[in-house]
Amino acid sequence: MKIPYYPGCTLHERARDFDTSARECALALGVELEELAIWTCCGAVYPLVTDSVMDVLAGVRNLSYASRLGDKVVTLCSFCYNVLKRCNNVMRDDEDKRDKTNLFLRADTEARKKVESYTHEDYEGQVEVLHYIEMLRDVVGYDKVASAVTKKLEGLKVAPYYGCMLLRPKNEMKFDDPEQPTIFEEFLETLGCEAVDFPMKTECCGGFQVVNDEELAVSCSQNVVVSALKRNADIIVTTCPLCRYNLDRHQEKMAERVKGFSRVPVVYFTQLLGIALGIDKKHLDFTDNSVDPLPVLAEKSLF
Amino acid sequence: MRLRLTAGMVKDEAIDRVETLSGQSILACYQCGRCSAGCPVVEEMDIIPSEVIRLLQLGQIDEVLSSKTIWTCASCLQCASRCPKGVEFSSICDALRAIVLRIRLATPKVDADGLTKVMMSDAPQMGVVGALRKLNG
Repeated sequence: MKIPYYPGCTLHERARDFDTSARECALALGVELEELAIWTCCGAVYPLVTDSVMDVLAGVRNLSYASRLGDKVVTLCSFCYNVLKRCNNVMRDDEDKRDKTNLFLRADTEARKKVESYTHEDYEGQVEVLHYIEMLRDVVGYDKVASAVTKKLEGLKVAPYYGCMLLRPKNEMKFDDPEQPTIFEEFLETLGCEAVDFPMKTECCGGFQVVNDEELAVSCSQNVVVSALKRNADIIVTTCPLCRYNLDRHQEKMAERVKGFSRVPVVYFTQLLGIALGIDKKHLDFTDNSVDPLPVLAEKSLF
Repeated sequence: MRLRLTAGMVKDEAIDRVETLSGQSILACYQCGRCSAGCPVVEEMDIIPSEVIRLLQLGQIDEVLSSKTIWTCASCLQCASRCPKGVEFSSICDALRAIVLRIRLATPKVDADGLTKVMMSDAPQMGVVGALRKLNG
């Protein structure tokens, strides 16, 4: 089965480990992620001001590209998921913005004719935007995932970190309960590991503010990491390259600030899935982590 | 002396613009403070979220436009998730930044040329793009 796939900029560059592990896991589960033939950055953040049409154009253009391939598009990065889903809602529900956006994209296609063979077809929000984890649950099925597991992750205590963008705003994202989500816990249980519940699992890591004020991101991430440590997590999983960066890269600083701090590795959920499915180690690539996950994985005889 | 304050007296054009741009009702807020209690970056703010809304209710827009708060918000929407009245403080912050960047033509917050090598070679692109769009307009 093929499903249209939107990787986004970060998975194409800095988070290749996330992209590769996800593609390989999908193949092992009988799904080929078919990358869109043409795509651009989604814009990274959804505009919270009501008058902005320009800021949804990139998201809508990608959705329009996706609509040529099928009725669904799968993505992995939390920011891309948030932007694409909210842009889709606009095109489905807001007639005025839909007309303006389509008008602009039609003119834009004319201007880009010389470089691209694509033409714009008016888009009306018909594509279903799915997160990879939703694809695992609703398209593949957790039972099928469980039966494909060749190496149960027994004895590993995993803290699932949701962050903001998957969950909020709840009325638009409709992903899971914004305060007590459980989709990742259920997923982790199918892999045979222990999901660790921790109070900061839906708190912000500081997000893009790391670019403007690194200290702010360190203190936000520290709250999350310390909370997971207090619940004795061996490892934290995430689905956002920016969360991974903030939680992983700042642990040196956290160690200076927090007495008795012990470092905890942060990996993408697809990397753990890859271990459970017995994917070749070279596709899982644990080399981009400041805190090396291999010691704890070796200790549990998992890698 | 009796001082009488009504919505009509304090809700001027500037406050209307905040409401239109943010899509939020400033007067819906009844000051329970859950936005401030749940905000992960509140410690770095000079005016806490519920106070910003209170100042806007009283027409004190200049004070909030010059605050550090509007540049500190990370748009995580925890405030909106916890608000019993459905007010999205993050959207109000976006609107206030838009007013500063579009109308008052302030200098962009992030110095794009000054981004560190670490940031440019190691940080996820989404973070850099996000920060520039949110904070530089």
